[in-house]
Amino acid sequence: MFDYLIRRLAGTIPVLLAVSVLVFLFVHLLPGDPARLVAGPDASLQDIAAVRAEMGLDRSLPVQYLHYLGETARLHLGRSIKTHQTVAELIGERFMPTLLLTVFAMLWSVTVGVAIGVLSGVKRGRWTDQSAMVLAISGVSFPGFWLGLLLIDLFSVRLRWLPTGGYGTWQHFVLPAFTLGVAVAAVMARFTRSAFVEITAEDYVRTARAKGVPERSVVWKHTLRNALIPVITLTGLQFGFLLGGAIVVETVFAWPGLGRLLVDSVAYRDYPVIQAEIMLFSFEFVLINLVVDLLYGLVNPEIRLR
Amino acid sequence: MSDMVLGAPSLRSPSAEFWRRFRRKPVAVASGGVLLVLILAAVAAPWLAPYGPATPDYDNVLAGPSWLHLCGTDTFGRDIFSRVLWGGRISLTVGFVSVALGGLVGVALGLAAGFFGGALGSLIMRVMDVLLAFPGILLAIGVVALLGPGITNVIYAIAVFSVPVFARLVRGSTLALKQTLYVQAARSIGVRAPLLMLRHILPGTLPSVIVYSSLRVGTSILTAAALSFIGLGAPPPSPEWGAMLAEGRSYLGVADQIMLFPGLAIFVTVLAFNLLGDGLRDALDQRLR
Repeated sequence: MFDYLIRRLAGTIPVLLAVSVLVFLFVHLLPGDPARLVAGPDASLQDIAAVRAEMGLDRSLPVQYLHYLGETARLHLGRSIKTHQTVAELIGERFMPTLLLTVFAMLWSVTVGVAIGVLSGVKRGRWTDQSAMVLAISGVSFPGFWLGLLLIDLFSVRLRWLPTGGYGTWQHFVLPAFTLGVAVAAVMARFTRSAFVEITAEDYVRTARAKGVPERSVVWKHTLRNALIPVITLTGLQFGFLLGGAIVVETVFAWPGLGRLLVDSVAYRDYPVIQAEIMLFSFEFVLINLVVDLLYGLVNPEIRLR
Repeated sequence: MSDMVLGAPSLRSPSAEFWRRFRRKPVAVASGGVLLVLILAAVAAPWLAPYGPATPDYDNVLAGPSWLHLCGTDTFGRDIFSRVLWGGRISLTVGFVSVALGGLVGVALGLAAGFFGGALGSLIMRVMDVLLAFPGILLAIGVVALLGPGITNVIYAIAVFSVPVFARLVRGSTLALKQTLYVQAARSIGVRAPLLMLRHILPGTLPSVIVYSSLRVGTSILTAAALSFIGLGAPPPSPEWGAMLAEGRSYLGVADQIMLFPGLAIFVTVLAFNLLGDGLRDALDQRLR
């Protein structure tokens, strides 16, 4: 296991380096003077000169890259063009709301999704299964931003039960966390069902049935426990995709998180913030994939040997 | 009757067998029909739509559905039914073109990775794995941040995240097809690599590529609408469905029709592509039943 851990950790380093090169090149690939872009449209000539010196634009690209890498590692991420706050501060403020939102969305959607998937698998072919799967494929196809608007319309504007958006009390969490989780619940339900059905066809399940193991025990012990292994992997991956979904849902509900910060900075061409956010998101995805792989190695010894 | 054929090789050709299984799926066939209607409606929008997509009617601003305006009107009195029809041209074009672009690149990369293998193959697949690890919308936002907003750039942005899906799919079938007797036979009589790839292996990978394309078009339309909704896709006067939803946001509870009908259009289109894709996939791969 330790071997596997080391190998897997070492495997993420080239990926992170590749991402950092891309993010570094980002402002250089854009048309125009990088210093002017990073300093913003209403920067004075002195500001631009200061940024140019700070970025070391007169030096060669590899030297600039190493400098950028060192600065990023020390969380010196520059200043936002829009608010003039440091980027580290800006991201620090927005981190918790997004984390909480994704965790709540994850909790309900995985629980409900796996439960529906198992129910469908057990009742395969019956109307419970069929209606659950119709629901699931609708959930995958439902535009999250439209669902958000429909919910705001019903629960906030018409019934006035919940706030239309913003951040603060638990009421603020209900609609965004629900909206964000729907697609994940649907994916989990579909996936759990197919994993469950696949295991049902295994020889050892048939053997268990043949030797008279009670159906309850066949479902819970023989089938579900094995079906859950791939489900764990998918759960981890969905966490990454929730962070992506949060970009849209945060916009619908005026949620002060990282997703809306990214959208605002792209619209405002706030390049220091865009660079830092893309780096941060990439780092998170690589980390999530790493954790998923390690969990998988823990559950399934075969994987470690590859 | 059917018991007798069990285990015996089918006498039908693979494609006849495929269509026979597909026709038995009423939901998938119906979805195909719905899509056909949607595509025809989009193509015929200039003739079908009672109004132009930007024609204002200042006597009927923010009006609910009526015989004059089937789905009501927006802030400028523009007819929402007409705008949804015109918007279908944008969404379907973005969906098909981006998947075609991404599919083309992905198939080429997957074919090369599977056929040549080795260092080139693993390099290609490593890059694809990295791309696949990111949620599509984040990749798309990165590309839009680089190229600027607008519908053409959205097409490129969305094409990027279709590439790894196709590359992985085609690499898998290429590896399998490389081992088949007819490819080995062709190789043994001296057929050269390019011809071997294009003539003997590529056609074998196409059925699964077409099936996955249907699923990808749905996802791509959804992502394009999301990008427009957050203001990074089609600019506001455009009748793009996501952009219309964004406009409707300010009139919740006042003029729900502005966000109701474009949202419904996105949902129905994406659902139809997903149901069709599911049906096609099940018909292609019997193990997944």
